[in-house]
Amino acid sequence: MGKKSVVPFGPQHPVLPEPIHLDLVIEDEIISEAIPNIGFIHRGLEGLVEKKDFNEMVYIAERTCGICSFGHGLGYVEAIEHVMNIEVPARARYLRTIWAELGRMHSHLLWLGLAADAFGFESLFYESWRIRERILDLHELTCGSRLIFSVNKVGGVIRDIPADKLAYIKDQILIVEKEVKNIEKTFLGDYSVQTRSKGIGLLTKEEAHDLGAVGPFARASGITADLRTTGYAAYGELDFEPVISNDGDCYARLDVRIRELYQSIDLIRQAIDKIPEGELEAKAIGFPKGEYFMRIEQPRGEAVYYVKGNGTKILDRMRIRTPTFANIPPLCETLKGADYADVGPLVVSIDPCISCTER
Amino acid sequence: MNIKRSPWLLHYDGSSCNGCDIEVLASLTPVYDAERLGVENTGDPMQADILLITGGINTQNAPVVKQLYDQMPRPKVVVAVGICACTGGVFKETYNILGGADKVIPVDIYVPGCAARPQSIIDGIIQARELFQQRSDEHDALMRSQKGAANV
Repeated sequence: MGKKSVVPFGPQHPVLPEPIHLDLVIEDEIISEAIPNIGFIHRGLEGLVEKKDFNEMVYIAERTCGICSFGHGLGYVEAIEHVMNIEVPARARYLRTIWAELGRMHSHLLWLGLAADAFGFESLFYESWRIRERILDLHELTCGSRLIFSVNKVGGVIRDIPADKLAYIKDQILIVEKEVKNIEKTFLGDYSVQTRSKGIGLLTKEEAHDLGAVGPFARASGITADLRTTGYAAYGELDFEPVISNDGDCYARLDVRIRELYQSIDLIRQAIDKIPEGELEAKAIGFPKGEYFMRIEQPRGEAVYYVKGNGTKILDRMRIRTPTFANIPPLCETLKGADYADVGPLVVSIDPCISCTER
Repeated sequence: MNIKRSPWLLHYDGSSCNGCDIEVLASLTPVYDAERLGVENTGDPMQADILLITGGINTQNAPVVKQLYDQMPRPKVVVAVGICACTGGVFKETYNILGGADKVIPVDIYVPGCAARPQSIIDGIIQARELFQQRSDEHDALMRSQKGAANV
């Protein structure tokens, strides 16, 4: 056996768009231990709850993360609506579902690009991001912004999507579906992608369960956990099955996320077909009093929002537990025994969103 | 020397929400394609000429940002991308944010927006190129004058 040495990975690293620091203990190019160190992007977002009222906090909650921004806003307003016993109108619930799924598509396409970049497949990275721009154009068309939507409010949504725009979304996602089919051939069939992903970073179903993995990372190891089945927003009225794979390696994670893209396209179609006419928001009367624990499915997995109100406009406490935070312990487990050259693709394979994690 | 056609970019996420980071990356990818201006994204501060910094400064990342800036060779230009890097943005009032990127390093160009749009990021890059050229010319002139002085 060789001598043990420690190689720092990050916080500034070419493969990562965000800073995370891992101390990798290496023996003969094989990793024996990975020690994570986070906190480089900690902003103290939850502390703002003492300074902003509960309506303003919607916009702060959306700025937890720029990628899954809509989801964070959604989780927070759903929690407040449960505390205040507000019945959200059906049209608002369907609009939220459409936006949440568009957000998921843009997040997964972004991840596919970053994964391709980590494998060293530059043109595939560019192709994924080119397709993603179509989704961003749809965001801009419906909300006026590319990333931070700011359409949620307590009791409903601020903007409507008129029928002609809904028809346009349907046309565009048809094009996106064709383009995703095109890159799917390369992602799942290409020899060089397979050599970098098959059998790399194995996580068994038992390990994933014991270490508390969530989201596509857990579903790639065979755990059927998708919180959209709990039926928040309009998911309860739509027809879908969680996407799972049993292999538990990087290739399975690619496969799960590509199939989730098709699932999102299907969900948007169903929602557009079923969307009822009606009000956009219910009136929120009074201030939140009580507490609630809301769980929703973000593109990266289960996110938990806890709010506690005391009957005034300032909340007592807001807490967010994000999916990447739950996925770091299983990541450190998969890194054990991995080759040093695979660290980049492996870290990227959990779809790390450090901004969410550190808030 | 016409150096403004080939500066390399370094991107570092200070403490942003990710929105500006992915817009920086999006402005380098096909639809916006800032690479046609001759810039290239690099992960190595020692080869970078323009630092794009997103997000505010907090106590833990301040030494990291300072170190990245110090590792870059002179001349160098710093672009603060997004309102958080300019002033701290919505997080200015939090306990952990010290303020904008200019708290620890000198910032030359401010690109506002939440999240900053690729068009404005590219505009920032174009201005940074010009400034980089100017600083490079000044640096060359200084080197020449010092050389001349040594010969006398």
